[in-house]
Amino acid sequence: MTMLKVSNLHAFYDKSHILQGVNFHVNAGEIVSLLGRNGVGRSTTVKTIMGEVEPKGSIEFKGEEIAGLKPFQIAHRGLGYVPENRDIFPTLTVRQNLILGLKGKEENGRWTIDDMFSMFPNLATRADVPGGVLSGGEQQMLCMCRTLMGDPELIMIDEPTEGLAPKVVEQIAVLLQEIASRGVSILLVEQKLSIALKISQRLYVMGHGKVVYEGTPSSLLEAHDVRAEWLEV
Amino acid sequence: MSEVFIFATLNGLVTGLLLFMLASGLTLIFSMMGVLNFAHASFYMLGAYFAYTISGVIGFWGGLLFAPLIVGAIGAIVERYGLRRVHASGHVAELVFTFGLAFLIEELVQFFWGRDTKNYQSPEIFDFALFSLFGQEFSAYRGFMIFIAIAIFAGLYVVLTRSRVGIIIQAAISHPNTVANLGHNVPFIFMCVFGTGTALAGIAGVIAGPVLTTFPGMATVLGSIVFIIVVIGGLGSLPGALIASLLVGLLQSYAIASDVGMPELLTLLGISFDRNHPLNDLWTLNLPQIAPVLPYLLLVLVLIFKPTGLMGNREE
Ligand SMILES: Nc1ncnc2c1ncn2[C@@H]1O[C@H](COP(=O)(O)OP(=O)(O)O)[C@@H](O)[C@H]1O
Ligand SMILES: [Mg+2]
Repeated sequence: MTMLKVSNLHAFYDKSHILQGVNFHVNAGEIVSLLGRNGVGRSTTVKTIMGEVEPKGSIEFKGEEIAGLKPFQIAHRGLGYVPENRDIFPTLTVRQNLILGLKGKEENGRWTIDDMFSMFPNLATRADVPGGVLSGGEQQMLCMCRTLMGDPELIMIDEPTEGLAPKVVEQIAVLLQEIASRGVSILLVEQKLSIALKISQRLYVMGHGKVVYEGTPSSLLEAHDVRAEWLEV
Repeated sequence: MSEVFIFATLNGLVTGLLLFMLASGLTLIFSMMGVLNFAHASFYMLGAYFAYTISGVIGFWGGLLFAPLIVGAIGAIVERYGLRRVHASGHVAELVFTFGLAFLIEELVQFFWGRDTKNYQSPEIFDFALFSLFGQEFSAYRGFMIFIAIAIFAGLYVVLTRSRVGIIIQAAISHPNTVANLGHNVPFIFMCVFGTGTALAGIAGVIAGPVLTTFPGMATVLGSIVFIIVVIGGLGSLPGALIASLLVGLLQSYAIASDVGMPELLTLLGISFDRNHPLNDLWTLNLPQIAPVLPYLLLVLVLIFKPTGLMGNREE
């Protein structure tokens, strides 16, 4: 089943035409990566899907057209989004940050606060300290956990490994696999190939506001020309 | 001397808490919109007038309950159908809108209730002295004002810092987009905050109306002082607004209570002057006379020494 289907998606910042007909899809239970160099429009793509940037074109989620809905309505349809700026609320405690992710009063989804604490003992021991004092890696974990509290069926995660130490990147890969194992689809935005090759079933490469390559980790490993033209720096 | 001090402190507390009822709502709304709501004190005036009319029919307590609800509902409607639409046109348009609203409300009040001062009285059950000290009486109604104000602030504090709704509001004010992405309806939250802020101003009007008199200029009188307070406290800071409200309330109250004149003060400072000096009128002013100017003086001092206000730390 197709969870998310993006067809001929265009987006603008003022007059500049950033997305120029993006096409891709994510199936239920899949981990799909959206790769590309800085500035090619990956973040704009997820922001447009989430309704933060005005979409032109079609975005279907679970068969329903969601282009034109507001971000909070899209979140309620079951789409989760972890932005690249790790926007935790610095003055609220770790626990309060997690509570913010809940859409209702109750924890009745796939995830509970205790789940998060048992996966990340670091967060558990600092449950009542302000989120602002956490390290970059811990903030990234908190940000992902917070979105999971809203029980999304598909989660879009923008550059979770950016600027983090290899050990933390490893932890993130483990969490992503745990998320997928609970039946949540993942759209992973990355610049580096490292974890994307390891955990995704399919991947797309973007260049200049369009998808320029679609394949699997093994096919991309062989496509030296694609990597040279669109990925390597 | 000490009884003068005690009474001045209590009266300053009453004024300060009353000012904070307006300043707190204004601060919350400022944090949300990024502009000062010039019509905020007009909602305070509406509270007093509605309470005056309602209390004439069903008594003071009915007014205390319903007037703030009506004012809050009007506030929510103003946000939903006025400010939210104007917001797209930028801050200047929003400012002009709230300016216009303040004039409109003042005109409407004069149209429906007339220009004269209304005989809005505190209820009879408060017509006794709560206590008297050295022959001076402290009225029960003033005690009641202190009680109501503190009860409301305690309630608000608990809701804002302990409840899930409070957490969502705090986060929505500082990070609206992130909160929306998590599935919360931020415009609706803002409408509720605006409604609550104006209702709070309405409550202040209901309980201050009988003491500070209910007349069409009451919004202007208090409005400018409330603006000064939020600037002194630091724009957007609730603790700052509380400190500044109490500071201004106490300062004015002490100044009014003291009958120290400028000559005594100046002599104390070792400055002597000539009776025939052309500025003699200035020298002979006494503190109660300059009490209304004190908040402005405080504002200037704070802006000189800490331009962001007492608790403000805005970088932009
Ligand atoms: N808020 C913005 N306003 C104007 N241009 C922007 C904005 N955000 C991104 N851009 C531009 O859009 C292009 C795509 O950016 P982005 O989607 O962030 O790329 P990526 O996430 O792939 O690095 C870039 O050229 C960037 O400069
Ligand atoms: Mg990006």
